[in-house]
Amino acid sequence: MGLFRAKVDSVGVGGSLGEIQEIYTRHTARKACLLIALVLFLVAVTLLATVVGAAAVSVSDVFRVIAANVVPAYQGTVNTLAETVVLQLRLPRILLALITGISLAGAGTVMQGILRNPLVSPYTLGMSGGASFGAALAIVLGTSFLGPSFNVVGPYFIAVNAFVFGFLTILLVYGIARLKGTAPETLILAGVALGYLFSAGVSALKYFSNNEALKELVVWLMGGMWGATWQQVGLLTPLVLACMVVLMHYAWDMNALSAGEEVAVNLGVNVNRLRLIGLTVSALAASATVAFTGVIGFIGLVSPHICRMLIGSDNRFLIPCSSLVGAALLLVSDTLARTIIAPTEIPVGIITSLIGAPFFLYLLLKKRKRWWS
Amino acid sequence: MQLVIQDIFFAYGSCSVLKGVSMEVVPGQVLSIVGPNGSGKSTFLRCLTRVLKPQGGAVFFDGRETAQISSRELARLLGYVPQAGAEAFPFTVLETVLMGRKPHLNWGVAQKDLDVVAQVMQFMGLAEMAQRPMDQLSGGQKQKVFIARALAQEPKVFLFDEPTSSLDIRHQLEVLELVGKLARQKRCQVVMVLHDLNLAARFSDRMVMLKDGLIFAAGQPREVLTPENVGAVYGVEASITDSARGPYVLPLRPVAAGTVPQQARQLPEILKWLKVPFKGKWAYPEAQGGNE
Repeated sequence: MGLFRAKVDSVGVGGSLGEIQEIYTRHTARKACLLIALVLFLVAVTLLATVVGAAAVSVSDVFRVIAANVVPAYQGTVNTLAETVVLQLRLPRILLALITGISLAGAGTVMQGILRNPLVSPYTLGMSGGASFGAALAIVLGTSFLGPSFNVVGPYFIAVNAFVFGFLTILLVYGIARLKGTAPETLILAGVALGYLFSAGVSALKYFSNNEALKELVVWLMGGMWGATWQQVGLLTPLVLACMVVLMHYAWDMNALSAGEEVAVNLGVNVNRLRLIGLTVSALAASATVAFTGVIGFIGLVSPHICRMLIGSDNRFLIPCSSLVGAALLLVSDTLARTIIAPTEIPVGIITSLIGAPFFLYLLLKKRKRWWS
Repeated sequence: MQLVIQDIFFAYGSCSVLKGVSMEVVPGQVLSIVGPNGSGKSTFLRCLTRVLKPQGGAVFFDGRETAQISSRELARLLGYVPQAGAEAFPFTVLETVLMGRKPHLNWGVAQKDLDVVAQVMQFMGLAEMAQRPMDQLSGGQKQKVFIARALAQEPKVFLFDEPTSSLDIRHQLEVLELVGKLARQKRCQVVMVLHDLNLAARFSDRMVMLKDGLIFAAGQPREVLTPENVGAVYGVEASITDSARGPYVLPLRPVAAGTVPQQARQLPEILKWLKVPFKGKWAYPEAQGGNE
């Protein structure tokens, strides 16, 4: 401390005021570069994912198909098989994986931030449990009451039910916690309790359902992008992006909240409103995507942690970074899932956990080091 | 700038914690609040920061009730320094201090914000550790960062909650000297909650002693720290010696409540502090800071 004193004295007033600014500018520039690099990486992975797969499609085929559909004046020839595979199968699936990754990872980051707890994710707050129960209810009731017509309206029925249950679960958790004064611990415990309740409900439905419904239910619960359509992508993309914009708007408030509730209040943050808006909007994004993809764990928990090590805790950079990393993780996993033992597919949840869990443990064990310092 | 607290009443459920506390804080002076555990010190501070909403009474800045001030404006008037605790997620020192600019900025960080942050970090001697993550700092360094964050808010009033609770004696002195500097050099109003009676006596201009949610004694440290007051409020027999730097309290042994004579309770003094009718201007002999 004596040394520290001496330094202060020798610096005096106005000695190195520019230094702080230089540090800030340098850090901000590096974080921006990292985000740009991630975007470029995503573009590259997207192109790669379009090329690989069971059906052989070359890179030039992909470019021709994209050019033919994007550039009106394009005159070249297009391989029709490639066009079908790329446009009808791969692209919607890839885009669904990207948007799902963005929404789950973004929601996980925001939920961890506003509840000040590193264990929180859409999964732990009971949302996935609620969505599963909603989907199970739709599948079991739908197959018994709708009969053959279930094959037509079934997917929408399942998605709507999963969304409603997932979204309402978060609101219910918040409502329960609100009765006790919105302590983060109450919220998380309420989420875990409701999660157990719903998982009991899902087990009961599994137990009482017939073979056909059971198979469909198991497949849904494992989660995957195989049902991807342009319609889903068109619906989810604006919704998720709008949610992310709203969440980014509260980045400073979340930063202040991580310093403690009392400090946040003193810095002018309306903590209760922040919690309500943050939870509602992130739950909306996450449950909307989960409704179409089924339960996909891990992304929402792991990518905020990876990104805190990569880019720091400032939510202005952390939320976009985590969204991009989540998208990359999910897209890579999904691409592996459909190519490793093609033409057979592996449920993507298995891949995310197989890659993610060991990687996450490695990060935890490794001495924490920030890449910019 | 005048901070007047009038007849604050607060209860957690049916348990009354503050039963009518009034005081006025003078610029350029440090006011410390002492009292045993559960006497309402921290609750009082939380009522000032609006973390808690008092059920009765009001806080006035220059005659404006704080309940009517927007939270953003209040954040520019009032800086709060919590006890050094654990952060949820590791921010760097620079990021933490920059958070203090939140009430001034929208989304982007302006040149002015960086200038203020740089000056504050210079003033607090933190410039060398700008890039260090908070979770690698010692308790004393963290406390300085928290003070720097409050300074970056550029407030008129500072509230400290036990600023020395987890610090060694060297850091205790450093932090409390800084607190005094804020009051005297920057002409700020400082309210701090302290457990250590001797540090409170040395580093504050005025003291308020709380007991069971009421002001038991108030005034100069010499007037407040008497064996009778310490006995009645803490249930402790104490020997108090008058040193050149103010009274020094040496606690001797706990005593049963009531065995210490209570006649020392300075009634006229307390009447002055409690239930004083407020008519826009409010003054009494202690407020010699030129704010009458």
